[in-house]
Amino acid sequence: MSTFLKPKLSNPEHPRCEFPALDQQVHGKPLVYLDNAATTQKPRSVLGAMQSYYEHDNANVHRGVHALSQRATEAFDESRRVLQRFVNAASEKEIIFTKGCTEAINLVAHSWGRTELKPGDRILLSHMEHHANIVPWQIAAEMTGAEIHPIPITDEGEIDLGAFERLLDERVKLVGVKHVCNALGTINPVAKMIEMAHQVGAKALVDGAQATAHIPVDVRDLDVDFYTISGHKLYGPTGVGALYAKEDLLERMPPYQSGGDMIRTVTFEKTTYNDLPNKFEAGTPNMAGAIGLAAAADFLRGQGWDEIENNEQRVLSYATDEIGSVPGVRIIGTAKHKAAIVSFVMEGVHPHDIGTIVDGEGVAIRTGHHCCMPLMQRLGIPATARASFAIYNSKSDVDSLVSALQKVREILT
Amino acid sequence: MSLASLYQETIVDHARHPRNFRKTDPETHRADGYNPLCGDCISVSLRVADGRILDSAFQGAGCAISTASASLMTEEVVGKTIVEAEELFRQFREAMTSDEYLEDMGRLEALRAVKEYPMRVKCATLAWHALHAALQGSAKSATTE
Repeated sequence: MSTFLKPKLSNPEHPRCEFPALDQQVHGKPLVYLDNAATTQKPRSVLGAMQSYYEHDNANVHRGVHALSQRATEAFDESRRVLQRFVNAASEKEIIFTKGCTEAINLVAHSWGRTELKPGDRILLSHMEHHANIVPWQIAAEMTGAEIHPIPITDEGEIDLGAFERLLDERVKLVGVKHVCNALGTINPVAKMIEMAHQVGAKALVDGAQATAHIPVDVRDLDVDFYTISGHKLYGPTGVGALYAKEDLLERMPPYQSGGDMIRTVTFEKTTYNDLPNKFEAGTPNMAGAIGLAAAADFLRGQGWDEIENNEQRVLSYATDEIGSVPGVRIIGTAKHKAAIVSFVMEGVHPHDIGTIVDGEGVAIRTGHHCCMPLMQRLGIPATARASFAIYNSKSDVDSLVSALQKVREILT
Repeated sequence: MSLASLYQETIVDHARHPRNFRKTDPETHRADGYNPLCGDCISVSLRVADGRILDSAFQGAGCAISTASASLMTEEVVGKTIVEAEELFRQFREAMTSDEYLEDMGRLEALRAVKEYPMRVKCATLAWHALHAALQGSAKSATTE
C-alpha cells in the first residue's frame, strides 16, 4: 500500500503527497497534471475509504437485517450527511445521490421541468453553459412547449447582468447557470442572479461541477433552488455526484426513475413512493462512490478553504502572466473573478497539436470545445487549450507548461 | 515513435502551406467531414469527369494533422479513377487503424506515425471520410440520373 507515498517535496505535508497518481512519469518526463477541470486525481483518503468499504462493509443498503447491511447503510447515510454539511443544506433529505451533475440536471429537467413548465414559459440559460445544462432543457422544452433563451455574455467571458435583467419577466420559470465556467474559469455572480430570478418568481439551478473543489458553497446562503455536485471533480470517484434541492420542491416533484428503494408499497394496481431522499434514488445506489465522495469532501474541509483559495489564486495569477507571455498566445476568458483555469489559443497552431506536443513533455492539458459549443461559437473560435489547476499544483507546474509551449512553437511555428 | 516523426517536415509544411486550399471549378462533388470530438470541419471539393478525378481541393479549419492529411490527399487523388480513390481511402484507413503494416504508403508515408497516437487518428482520416462521402454522393446521383 505504501508504494505510492514517496514525498519528493521539501514539505511532506504538501497536499500533492496525498495523490498517488501524480507520482509517475509519462513519456519519460514527470507528470504535470493540469486537466483538473476534466477530472481531478484522488487522494489516498478517498481511495482508502472506498477500498475499506469493499473489504469490510460491502452489502446492499436499506434492505438486509444482517450486520454488513447495517454497516453499509450507516456508512451510506453518513455520507449523505457529510455532503449536507459540505454545502450547508438544511436537511439530509435535500441531498439526492446521482451519478454526477449530468444526471442531477436531467433529474430536475425531467421531473420538475416536465411537470412545472407550460407552453410559452421561458428557461434562461447562460451562453457559457455546458451541454449538460442545455440539452436536458431542450428536451424538456420540446415536451412542454417552453422556450429556451440564452443569457448573453461579454467578450471577457462574464455574464451580461444588464442583458440578463432585461430578459427577466414573469414568463421566466427557470434560470440555469454554472457557478464556475469549465472552459473559461469565470466565477459567475450566482447569488445576485438567484436573487434576480426569484424576484420574477423563477427558480434557479446552479451547475456546481467546477465550483465545489475550489470555492466554499453554502446553498442556504445562496438561496439556490437546485445545485448540482460532481464527485470526480472534487477529488472523489467517478460515477457519483449529488443534487441539492429545496425540500418543498423535491416533495412536489414526481420520481425521475423508478424501481427498488424508491417505493413504499407496490401492488399491480398502485404504488406509493418512499420519502425523501429515497424517492429519487431508484435501485441499488453507488454506495462505495458515495463513501468516496464523502471522504473527498472531508479531505477538502481538512485542507481549509482559505489555504485552497490562496494557493489556487496565486497559481492562477502566475499562470495568467506566464502563459500570456508566450509569443502568439492569447488567453480566452479574462473575467475579473476567475477560478484557476486558463484557456488559451496560440496563433497558427491548433489546440489539438498543442495538446499532443505538451503531452510529450509530460504535461496533461485539455484541448477542444470543452462541451461548450455555443460558447465557442459566441467567442468565434473552434476550440481552446486549457490548463486547469487544483490543490496540488504549484508555480513549477506552470513553468513546465510554459517550457512545453515553447517546444510547440519550435515545432509548429 | 516520437513527436518528431508525428510532426515531421512534410506534415508541418503541408499544415502551414496547405495545397489545393480552395474549391474546384466546376465542383461536381462535395462533402463535409466533421469531427464532433474537436469541432474540426473539412470540406472536400472535386471535379470528376468520366469516372476520373480531374481536380481535388479542400477548405476548412483543423489541426496540423487533419490539414496536412487533407492537403496530401488532394494531391494524391488527382488523376485517379473513383474506384482507385476509394481503394486508396480504404488502404489509408487500414494503415491508420489496423495492426497490419502497409508496405507502400507512397507520399502518405509522412502520416504513418499518426497510428501511434490513437487520439489523433480521426484527425488524419477526417478529410478521407469527406472524400469517400463526396464520391458516394456521386454514385447515388449517377444511379438516379
